[in-house]
Amino acid sequence: MAGAIARWFNERAPGLGVMYRKHLTEYYAPKNFNVMYYFGSLAMLVLVNQILTGIFLAMFYKPSALEVFPGTSEAFASVYYIMRDVDWGWLIRYMHTTGASMFFVVVYLHMFRGIMYGSYKRPRELVWILGMLIFLVLMAEAFMGYVLPWGNMSYWGAKVIISLFSAVPVVGETLTHWIMGDFNPGDATLNRFFSLHVVALPMVLLLLVVLHLAALHEVGSNNPDGVEIKKHKNERGIPLDGIPFHPYYTVKDLFGVGVFLLICAFVIFYAPGMGGWFLEHDNYMPANHLVTPAAIKPAWYFTPFYAILRMIPNKELGVLALLLSITLPFLLPWIDRGKVKSVRYRGVLYKWALGLFALSFICLGLLGGEVTHEAIPAIFGPNVDVTTVDNTFGRFWVAVYFGFYLFLWVYTYFGFEKTRPVPERVTTHD
Amino acid sequence: MTKRIHIFLALTLALLVGAVSVQASEGGAGLMSANINLRDQASLQRGAKLFFNYCSGCHSLHYMRYSRMARDLGLTRKEVMQNLNFTGARFQGHAIAAMPEADAEKWFGKAPPDLSLMVAQKGPDYVYSYLNSFYLDPTRPVGWNNTVFPNASMPNPLWELQGLQVAKLSTPDSKGKTEVIGLDLARPGSMTPAQFHAASNDLTAFLTYVSEPVAVERQSLGIWVLLYLAAFTLLAYMLKREYWKDVH
Repeated sequence: MAGAIARWFNERAPGLGVMYRKHLTEYYAPKNFNVMYYFGSLAMLVLVNQILTGIFLAMFYKPSALEVFPGTSEAFASVYYIMRDVDWGWLIRYMHTTGASMFFVVVYLHMFRGIMYGSYKRPRELVWILGMLIFLVLMAEAFMGYVLPWGNMSYWGAKVIISLFSAVPVVGETLTHWIMGDFNPGDATLNRFFSLHVVALPMVLLLLVVLHLAALHEVGSNNPDGVEIKKHKNERGIPLDGIPFHPYYTVKDLFGVGVFLLICAFVIFYAPGMGGWFLEHDNYMPANHLVTPAAIKPAWYFTPFYAILRMIPNKELGVLALLLSITLPFLLPWIDRGKVKSVRYRGVLYKWALGLFALSFICLGLLGGEVTHEAIPAIFGPNVDVTTVDNTFGRFWVAVYFGFYLFLWVYTYFGFEKTRPVPERVTTHD
Repeated sequence: MTKRIHIFLALTLALLVGAVSVQASEGGAGLMSANINLRDQASLQRGAKLFFNYCSGCHSLHYMRYSRMARDLGLTRKEVMQNLNFTGARFQGHAIAAMPEADAEKWFGKAPPDLSLMVAQKGPDYVYSYLNSFYLDPTRPVGWNNTVFPNASMPNPLWELQGLQVAKLSTPDSKGKTEVIGLDLARPGSMTPAQFHAASNDLTAFLTYVSEPVAVERQSLGIWVLLYLAAFTLLAYMLKREYWKDVH
């Protein structure tokens, strides 16, 4: 039966079978993938989750800032209509909100994997750049989604983020009004963000994901040893260290999916707000342009970049640094001149630098999330000047963050790196 | 320099370890801790009774339907309509305050906030502490103040139960300023302090339920989802092992 169906299709669309083989059964992936290699497929899974749950949310959500009762917009009320009156609406919404945060968890780990094993290096520069573009679009997508419930953090977050554009010389102020369609975030802003969030950006995202995968399958996957498996092929032209993606990695990723879903389900059912990290307390209050939240801070996944903005005392320079912190990773394939890909065989200073870079990202995240405001008095006593310690600490880690890129260039361009010999073939595997 | 480095190390380490715990204790120091059990229907019912007798005159629960409340709190339609619904709203309708919001804004300067999501926003400890922290303050327009939310415009709705509290002030500092360092019960109410703590805890529990009516159902369902996923993961692991046997 299955064979008959396959034949039926093959006679009418022979290209389908070719695609199936090219991307699954005859796509040879290195057999030594480790735990860091789960996050690409998990990101795809989350994307599908966001689209499916998003479709159902959009059936009940109303992008309107008009008041339904004093102080509350139709948008805000529709979110709680979903949470209370729509069958399983709460589950769908928690899947969407948890998915948004988990998207960034897996994407950050996926990107860090790329840096660890030099996956951005020749010949995979295009894969990396397409991936960075996905990250950029994802940030816009997440920001606009965050605005939609029209809670007080939505409102003030939108105001602060959009006001960053006012740092653009000459046209800055006009630009912010053009983006908002108003002089403050309002109904016009909400409507266009909804349109971008559910139509425009997801389409761009999907297109970029297809290109990212197409570019990857052209050059083949890197691996934890950073060796090119295509250098050693058998008589049939199959890489000796390669195994067909399907079924080997489909079953392996299925296990990864299980573990990942266990974590997600725990969050969804037992800690959907994650103590204010996934769903912020101030966003349970409807948008109010007269009441500023005690701390205006973006969602946790933007906090490292937000900290960089905050730690620079000048607004224009701050915005520039923020922009630089997001765009520098694009240039990694050209900043890093080292010939060795994997951290396993790179110089000892590189290993330290990479560790510090990761730490700087985490510390900046905690700073941007204003955890330090409570942690500093707890550590140094109540009389300490929080702002001073916060700034010293923050600027140190800003320097480490940018210092990593500078170090990497100097270290590799001038040949200071003492690498270890890279093996010919992959070393360990499951 | 060494001291600087130590500070960095201490702060970094403390941040990494303490990030979660700091966030968890959000709401600030000095709050009393509420002791809430959302599965205790009797407690929620007592809280609902307090809410509709003492709060619902001014505060709405715009997202809470009487019918949903009846189902979740184990009450009959008749019980809810006779004992909790004082506005003549439909059984399927929302619990809207008796006081018209437009008037409320005129009278108080600011309409009393909707309480549907107050616990989600502020946390149960905050609400519980707030309910316990009213004191007489003749300098305020309505004669009341609150240590948890200084200069709140709201009088103590539960004063008949709690009694009247007055502020214990610190000795004036060099500028002659004093601070509230504690509250004393000047005149007892109809409840003992222990009874009032229990009552305000019930009220907080009810508002916690209202902030997410599905919470109990969510947690009950979660265990089955986790068990299913654990079984799925185990099978996936065994499948992977089986397939990968021939990878050498």
